[in-house]
Amino acid sequence: MSQENVLQEHTLQEDTLQENVLTVKELRTWFELKRFGLLHAGYVRALDGVNFELKPGETVTIVGESGSGKTTLLRTLLGLAHPTGGNIHFDGKNLDSRSKDLSWLHSQVGFVQQDPYGALPPFMSVRNILKEPLIINKVDPQEHEERIRQVLDEVRLIPVEDLLHKFPHMLSGGQQQRLVIARAIVLNPRLLVADEPVSMLDASMRVEILELLRKIQQNYQMAVIFITHDLSSVRYFSERVFIMYAAKIVEQTDVNSVVHNPLHPYTEKLLNAISDPDPENTEKYKDVPPGEPPSLINPPPGCRFHPRCTQTIKELCDVEEPPDFEPDPGHFVQCWLYK
Amino acid sequence: MTNSANGETKTLSDQAQDLTAYDHQLLKVEDLHLYYSTTSGVLRAVEGVSLELSRSQSLAILGESGCGKSSLSRALLRVLPRNVHTYRGRVFLNGSDVMKLSDERFRRQVRWVKASMVPQAAINSLNPVVRVGFQVAEPLLINHRTKKEEAFERAREVFRLVGVPVDFLERYPFELSGGMRQRAIIAMALITNPHLIILDEPTSALDVLTQANIMNTLKRIKKELNLNYILITHDIATSSELADEVACMYAGQIVEQSSADRFYREPLHPYSYKLMSSVPTLRDEKKPDYISGQPPSLLNPPRGCRYGDRCHKKFERCEEEPPLFTHGDGTVRCWLYERS
Repeated sequence: MSQENVLQEHTLQEDTLQENVLTVKELRTWFELKRFGLLHAGYVRALDGVNFELKPGETVTIVGESGSGKTTLLRTLLGLAHPTGGNIHFDGKNLDSRSKDLSWLHSQVGFVQQDPYGALPPFMSVRNILKEPLIINKVDPQEHEERIRQVLDEVRLIPVEDLLHKFPHMLSGGQQQRLVIARAIVLNPRLLVADEPVSMLDASMRVEILELLRKIQQNYQMAVIFITHDLSSVRYFSERVFIMYAAKIVEQTDVNSVVHNPLHPYTEKLLNAISDPDPENTEKYKDVPPGEPPSLINPPPGCRFHPRCTQTIKELCDVEEPPDFEPDPGHFVQCWLYK
Repeated sequence: MTNSANGETKTLSDQAQDLTAYDHQLLKVEDLHLYYSTTSGVLRAVEGVSLELSRSQSLAILGESGCGKSSLSRALLRVLPRNVHTYRGRVFLNGSDVMKLSDERFRRQVRWVKASMVPQAAINSLNPVVRVGFQVAEPLLINHRTKKEEAFERAREVFRLVGVPVDFLERYPFELSGGMRQRAIIAMALITNPHLIILDEPTSALDVLTQANIMNTLKRIKKELNLNYILITHDIATSSELADEVACMYAGQIVEQSSADRFYREPLHPYSYKLMSSVPTLRDEKKPDYISGQPPSLLNPPRGCRYGDRCHKKFERCEEEPPLFTHGDGTVRCWLYERS
């Protein structure tokens, strides 16, 4: 390959990096285990080789069980956990979580926490909660008030005037979650990440909050990463789904094909396990894979799902890790069945 | 009740039928109230709840947080906090009124003998410094004064039943995964061979696959032992896995009780209707809906129908508090079903 070619390829790569809000390559986040505080005792491989791209204005949902690494992925993207390998490009800029100044990143990423009450400082009023990010990011003080009112209106915390002086404990669960969303979007970020934003809310309220997030996403043309374990609600509020299992993204596809045409055996089992309200359910047993997800300290060789899988191919699944296959365009799956 | 409503006099054969109906009935709750006293006033958590449950049937009690469903389960087993203001009503278990028993006799004869409970957040209700086996056998050792060997033998039996390896009896709770702990708690509820188990949010803290696994186990146990469950949950989709009957609670009252067939297909009360349509489904192409507004405060519930302010079918009659109307095989607390 001539030097020119290499150069060309390089610029091409730069272009795609520029285009995407987020490009994640071979991301690894391992946490070291220590014995007696000193001796090395292995690693917890919370993220092990994660690849994906996120375009502006795109919504992606990450679905996985607890311990599958979805929160670690989020924390790594926010610069709160340090990756052990691989790289993250945000808006074409390399994210080095060890650098001292990450304010450029934090002003571009909004975070919606899982537990709204725990995420809001109890001693600050609604106005101060929303003002803090503006002060930290040195927004012109004259614009503060207007921006605060604007976001409160946008998340439908109305009448705005009555709410500005309230403290978090005076708000209901749904209102608290709206406030958390307002705080996340007050700086007009490029990317919004939401860690199970509705799991603490009542069923009758969940859809309302999800619809609100959807509307905000469309108004702002934000990219959104959702984390959830509830596949049934995902469908109405996102375009793409990543299924995570044992620190890896095992399937990446759009919402409809994950529901109607799941490829990975794990995804299939996960979908089977979800109930729809139907009185006939009492007569049926669910088809659930035996066992439990593997330990991330010492994951099984080969495909991580093979000990629980019913379609294991001997001397392949238990030996070699499956790479990403693309059986349908845009539908990636890490499973040897689709070689 | 239906007889007198139709204005007929009871014949002897009717009475005999009543008696057999009595035998079929496991639990009957009449006008149960549980109020708490708080610093800001009296909180009416459970207000005038009436329920019926036949043998080998399971009942799901659905409702949003704060509607009083957990208080109802506490009231049924008399596991009450200190700040009880009012606690009255009648609870018939196997035909005898257990509300008349003294606390000590209730403990000896009912709680964990005839009826047991799987508490909410069961994962955290195990004692971290006591071996799981001992905790599971404890009800037998204390309530029944069973010999230690026998109690542990029984513990092994129930562990096999719920699908926990028997050698886990020797372990401490932290050595068990979430799903295994939940199974251990279910084993604890089963050990005394009760007729009725109250499951308070048994799977809400678990992952989807573990949830499905536990539901499978609960279903199998129900068939094998001919048990009755009262399942208290806000998760409507999973409740359909166990329920034969469904009661829907709103602001301390039961607004509808119907058979599962009816409730999941065509709920009667406007609240149950909205609640059902707020459930996102995986397999149907229906867009979920939501209920705007907040449930009322139980400190000072509104006059008239408690759902009135949020109801999409409100009319003048709703200013008055609706009684329970019988509609088909169910009951519903809504003026829409008043027979003229």
